[in-house]
Amino acid sequence: MTPMKLLLVDDETDFLNTLLKRMQRRNVDVQGVGSGESALAWLATHATDVVILDVRMPGMDGIETLREIKKKFPLTEVIMLTGHASMEVAIEGMEMGAFDYLMKPMDMDELLYKAEDAFKKKMIHEGKIRQMAEQLR
Amino acid sequence: MNRNLPPLSPYYRSLTRNMVLLVMVISFTPMVLVTGIILDQFSSSHHEKVFAHLGELVLKHKQNIDSFLDEKVQNIRFLADSIDFDRISQPGIIAEDLSRLQSAYGTVFVDLGVVNEQGQQVAYAGPFNLENAIYADADWFKKAIQSNYFTSDVFLGLRGSPHFIIAVRKTWQGQKWIIRATIDFLSFNRLVEKVRIGETGFAYILNREGQFQTKPIFDFTPTLDIYSRYFATLSRMGKEVEIQERLDGAGVKSLYVSALLKGGDWLLVYKQASSDAFSDLHNAQIIALVFFVLGGIAIVAMAVWMSGRMVRRIATSDKEKEIMNEQVIETGKLASVGELAAGIAHEINNPVAIMVEEAGWLQDLMEDGAYKNEADIKEFERALNQIRTQGKRCKEITHKLLSFARKTDSRIEDFEIGHLIEEVVALSAQRAKYSNVELTTRLEPKLPAISASHSELQQVFLNLINNALDAMDKTGGTLEISARQEEGQILIGVADNGPGIPKANLARIFDPFFTTKPVGSGTGLGLSICYGIIQKMGGTIAVKSALDVGTTFEIRIPVKTDDTVENRTVVSASDTCN
Repeated sequence: MTPMKLLLVDDETDFLNTLLKRMQRRNVDVQGVGSGESALAWLATHATDVVILDVRMPGMDGIETLREIKKKFPLTEVIMLTGHASMEVAIEGMEMGAFDYLMKPMDMDELLYKAEDAFKKKMIHEGKIRQMAEQLR
Repeated sequence: MNRNLPPLSPYYRSLTRNMVLLVMVISFTPMVLVTGIILDQFSSSHHEKVFAHLGELVLKHKQNIDSFLDEKVQNIRFLADSIDFDRISQPGIIAEDLSRLQSAYGTVFVDLGVVNEQGQQVAYAGPFNLENAIYADADWFKKAIQSNYFTSDVFLGLRGSPHFIIAVRKTWQGQKWIIRATIDFLSFNRLVEKVRIGETGFAYILNREGQFQTKPIFDFTPTLDIYSRYFATLSRMGKEVEIQERLDGAGVKSLYVSALLKGGDWLLVYKQASSDAFSDLHNAQIIALVFFVLGGIAIVAMAVWMSGRMVRRIATSDKEKEIMNEQVIETGKLASVGELAAGIAHEINNPVAIMVEEAGWLQDLMEDGAYKNEADIKEFERALNQIRTQGKRCKEITHKLLSFARKTDSRIEDFEIGHLIEEVVALSAQRAKYSNVELTTRLEPKLPAISASHSELQQVFLNLINNALDAMDKTGGTLEISARQEEGQILIGVADNGPGIPKANLARIFDPFFTTKPVGSGTGLGLSICYGIIQKMGGTIAVKSALDVGTTFEIRIPVKTDDTVENRTVVSASDTCN
């Protein structure tokens, strides 16, 4: 099984960097970007399994980014990071196809656990597609 | 008024006074006008009626008296024609004539005499012993000898009692003869005496010298010049009756109705005190006055009572409205604080998340036991510094919130507005950042102090900024808050370049409960509260908006008048609570 590829999107650089360091120390293949726009740019050029997306960002916010990701990369799973007061946004995101949401500040293990779940879901999903393609051949 | 009620403030007292005055003016004006006009009309028509009546009366009596005198003259002339002057001096002849006269015309004729040209009474019949009396020097004789017939004034004459004479001149055998008869004064007097109206109305007759020709019922001395004026007026004007109203000798306002008698020699005067003549009018006036006074008292009482009640009610409803307003403002304040709290929670979440991550990172490092080498220690230090930095960030946020929350009472203070605007802008900065709004301020330095409630003004700006950010949430934009001094006012502009407000909504945005936000998102109270707060401060708030260009709210707040205070936030906390 190919290792999971993660993308972390958050405008708060300090948070992003620390989170990246911690994940990388756990040998997670993770990259970080600072905005919705750069996330889309990254996805366009790099295969990514799970995107961890902050909802509140200046510029293109989390919901818009999610919409774009689901449009352009429908198989990519998205886990949203929200603040307490934006549960409505979390619900909106879930309705738009996000895999799950987490509230900041979150537990690293929980985050990775959910990321794994998302990755597994994606793998199963892709497996099915592959099987169907093979049967077709 | 009810003594249990608390005294009203000067504002309500003057309101009551104005209402009382207004009600009284409105009620009294028509009442005075109507009463006045009616009384005036009634008075003039009554005067006319009285004048006409008295004129008629006097005219009738004038004719009566004149015809009485004429008749007497005719009687004597008739008698004179049958007198045989040869035999007249014989005894008994004249007595026979007198008795014929008296039997034919009553006892009006007292006596009868024949006087020759020399003034000697050649024959006499009557109660007095006047045979051969010499009248050559008597006034009446001198006048009587000049004309065919003559009626004298009343005089005492030889007999020493008032009487007057009717004389007829005859010419016989070249000699002039005077046949004279004396008219019974009492029966003549009766003609005038019976003219009696009311308590003070009576009549009398004067001659041109102002001497009474009748005995007036009330004893008084006539004022000569006035009567001579009557003579003059009546003969000049050709009027038959003259009516005047003037003060009499005793200072009583009286009516004088006069007519000429006896070819202008005598004046018949009817005199009556005005108050008596117009007693009906007086009664009507007194009744009107009584009703006027009673009505006036009723109006005043009603005005005072009603105004008092109404003002009480106004005061009560004002108080209720004030309480309601306060509650609405309080509700609005809570709503905006709630909105603020959501923003703050977000803002505080970020540094907390960073701290949690850093702490987690440190834990990771320690778990690996990798805290011995140089690089790891550096990493430790960096992480700890980061935690400290983020902790400070949290502290700043909570301080901002606290400084906001601390000033939630609505005491009136004097402060400079710039600082307050900066505070609110700082609170909203994070929200603006996430809405992609560039939030800027352009504040003129050293603005004069204004007198206002700190927390209420905070609420105004918070509301305006929140609205602008809501409007530009999707699009982003710029929001500039400016403050400058202009003609004793501070002019604050909150200008965004958002989507603008449609014309249809523009007129209603300050109405309570008007909102364009979906149900549950907005109370529709924000701007109406802003409006109320600014109005209460004596300022104005206005809005200009163009679609796709932006919206500008313009607030004008009067500068505190007594002294300009520079850049001090709180000068003095006044004790007056409003």
